[in-house]
Amino acid sequence: MLNVHLYLAQRISAMVMAPLVLGHLAVMIYAIQGGLNAAEILSRTQGSLWWGLFYGLFVLAVSIHAAIGLRVIAHEYLKLTGGVLTAFTLIVGLTSLGMGGRAVIAVVM
Amino acid sequence: MIKPHRNHPLWYAYIVHRLSGVGLALFLPAHFYVLGLALKGTAEMDVFLNWTEIPLVKVAEVGLVFLLAVHFFGGLRILAVEFLPWSPRQKTYAAMAAAVSFFVASSFFMNAI
Repeated sequence: MLNVHLYLAQRISAMVMAPLVLGHLAVMIYAIQGGLNAAEILSRTQGSLWWGLFYGLFVLAVSIHAAIGLRVIAHEYLKLTGGVLTAFTLIVGLTSLGMGGRAVIAVVM
Repeated sequence: MIKPHRNHPLWYAYIVHRLSGVGLALFLPAHFYVLGLALKGTAEMDVFLNWTEIPLVKVAEVGLVFLLAVHFFGGLRILAVEFLPWSPRQKTYAAMAAAVSFFVASSFFMNAI
């Protein structure tokens, strides 16, 4: 259900995300002050190469991580195997990548 | 009720990590969708963001931040267990396990010949 490549992809994506999650937690605690509004969020992110790279990498890593994590759970609880399990993993990963990529483009471009 | 064999800190660490992971994975599409609204302009996004002023939604946000933090720290624990060097005590236990196994197998061998 998990081969060595998927196991390593899960752990490496976790290691990549560790500093990104810390950054995201800090930004959230900072940004929530005085409530959320689109202009404030976009003034921080729009046109910023760094936020684009930060969240672009975050979306890539979380898509890999969530797809493999849910794959394990789908196998254990829903008894998915073989091609169905592979399809499930790909659908989760690519949906997350697509939606997340769109979100990054929306707030950075 | 929680079964007795599950009433252990390591089982709690496992189930908290799993449930927080599922919760975050279910939240992600909604998170991405709302940020994607910025493509249609700030007004569309603000309609949704105004909703986050409701106290119950704020409580849910706190829950999500907690899920992220607890999944982060639980994940660090897993990475530490799997990738950090073993402590001298862990090495001693592993060496003892090997030594006692040889002793048991040798005892069997001595009686087998």
